Amino acid sequence: MSYLEKIKNKYRYPLIILKQLVITDFKLRYQSSFLGYVWTLLKPLALFAILYIVFVKVLNVGADSPHFGVSLLLGIVLWNYFVEVTMGGINAVVGNSELMRKIYFPRYVVVLAGSFSAFINLLLTMIVVFVFMYINGVEFTATSIFVVFPIIEMFVFSLSLAFILSALYVRFRDVNYIWEVLLQAAFYATPIIYPFSLVMDQSQLFAKILIINPMAQIVQDSRALLIYSETPTINDVFGNSFAIIIPLLIVSILTVFAIYYFKKRSPYFAEEV
Amino acid sequence: MSEIAISVQSVSKHFRLHSRAKQNRIKDVFVNALKFRSANEKNFSQQVLKDVSFNVNKGEFFGIVGRNGSGKSTMLKMLASIYQPNSGSIKINGRLVPFIELGVGFNPSLTGRENVYLNGALMGFSDSEIDKKYNNIVEFAELEKFMDEKLNNYSSGMQVRLAFSVATILADSEILLIDEVLAVGDASFQRKCYEYFKKLKKNKKTVVFISHDMQAVREYCDRAMLIDEGKIIEIGDVDKVSQSYTKLFMDEIIDDNETVDIDSEKWGDGSATYTNPRVDISESLITVKATVKARTDIDDLVLGFTVSALDGDDVMGTNTRIKDKIIRNVLKGEQYDIQWKFPNILEDGKYSVALTAHGTSGLPVYEWWNHAVAIKIRKYEKTGYQVNPEIKLSLSKVK
Repeated sequence: MSYLEKIKNKYRYPLIILKQLVITDFKLRYQSSFLGYVWTLLKPLALFAILYIVFVKVLNVGADSPHFGVSLLLGIVLWNYFVEVTMGGINAVVGNSELMRKIYFPRYVVVLAGSFSAFINLLLTMIVVFVFMYINGVEFTATSIFVVFPIIEMFVFSLSLAFILSALYVRFRDVNYIWEVLLQAAFYATPIIYPFSLVMDQSQLFAKILIINPMAQIVQDSRALLIYSETPTINDVFGNSFAIIIPLLIVSILTVFAIYYFKKRSPYFAEEV
Repeated sequence: MSEIAISVQSVSKHFRLHSRAKQNRIKDVFVNALKFRSANEKNFSQQVLKDVSFNVNKGEFFGIVGRNGSGKSTMLKMLASIYQPNSGSIKINGRLVPFIELGVGFNPSLTGRENVYLNGALMGFSDSEIDKKYNNIVEFAELEKFMDEKLNNYSSGMQVRLAFSVATILADSEILLIDEVLAVGDASFQRKCYEYFKKLKKNKKTVVFISHDMQAVREYCDRAMLIDEGKIIEIGDVDKVSQSYTKLFMDEIIDDNETVDIDSEKWGDGSATYTNPRVDISESLITVKATVKARTDIDDLVLGFTVSALDGDDVMGTNTRIKDKIIRNVLKGEQYDIQWKFPNILEDGKYSVALTAHGTSGLPVYEWWNHAVAIKIRKYEKTGYQVNPEIKLSLSKVK
């Protein structure tokens, strides 16, 4: 048997289940609602409209940053993805306890399935973002394509957290509450509703601390690549083009830990869940 | 020597008890840490299997029997990799499909067709593999007209048919694990199951079958294993295992065909009262006994009893008027011993016995004692039919 065939055989079963779980998730998600899938797009747009009116029109935040409206929308869309994957991850194992107890399959599939569903949602919402960018007169350049790198980083980062949270939640049922609170705090610690330049003007140290957070770095990098190249990124804050290594290192360490912890805990999900 | 399909080497398994209550809150972790206690403390664990070893050969129908809580289901779940053994090893040689529960992952908001693909995927079959057998599945389930209906519009019988059909038609793998839950349901469904077992046997599949139905094990299995309290009591020849099992079961039957506690309720004017109600149960006979005492003078006294299923309908009963044995002119203080004897034709289950004492027309009611005794019937011989009388068999070859 060739090496490739071996790999194919090993992942045959997980892939079959993964595919069915993602398809089922999509079928069920908006099955009985009138507008169906449109809600996936309307939800971030509604939040965007609210925040835009409150912060940009009423409080006049970011009036001097060009394209702040689309920047805000992109930030919200990315943040929504992060919330969807991690919150979904918490419930991935416990919510599928019926399956866990009755049948064996590689347990990581349920977490992965949630992450893929959310990712497909993200791609569809990005279409809306692109439409808004076009209306707003944002120019697409060749470098825009590099936005896939922060997106991949975000995929890995969210997935790692989802793995850790899903395994933790089996044993500690407080995890969802704690994570909800942390998300609330992180939402304000990430430059989504305010332009990052505001923080930089206030305190360079504070800006450095905030931007080490992978989500902040991802959001800023994506904005710089897609919308406005002058958007301050982590490399600008540190004045060093290697600064991006810090959040990448955080993500890598987290990923290694997530794999280790999930592998260690998953054989016992069936009896503990 | 035939090839080995499943090899189990000194497998032990324990479960942590109270894991939910003890460790599910972060608070408890801190409390335990403060008290210098490990969260995994051994006192909280229960040994379910102790050093179990056995092999199943290819093409063999292997039965695992045992009472409830003997560890047989845990063994099956470990063969299916759902649980991990704490020590020892399990080797599976070939593709294995567990049949522990029908319709795993069935979702009521999906259509019959979608559920076939979902359930099939969970059993490890790709869309294209299912495509090939889809028509057979639908045909076997006799649900051609309903496949595009949502599952929540199915009757429970239809759901079981669909689940069973997916399982039996798809699971064409080398090794099958079958839990006895497959054989529940009405008699015709059971027959279908047993026909399926016969087909598996004919096709020389490797099957591990767990059950406490010794009859089925005797009929289908080439070899069997008896587990009790997590240890192998007997392994090998089916007749030998069957004997050991019967012995175990007979010990159990004594405390099993027993009376159960339930709150009784009495009403009536109290002119006659029952005392000391008892029910004796054997595999073939049930006897209801009681003593009645008249508290006042009574012209006509009709005594009766009713047996009803604990969760529902009255099953049987009679009274002394039907038997044409009305007691006339009873004087205050007189006592009667009454005894009803009838063949034990009851299905397995819980029943309650009501004792009645009233006038000829049913009125006045002197005493009506609901749930005077509650009983549990559990028989060794199972047929799956509505009534289970003792059936004597005589069979001899005509010369």
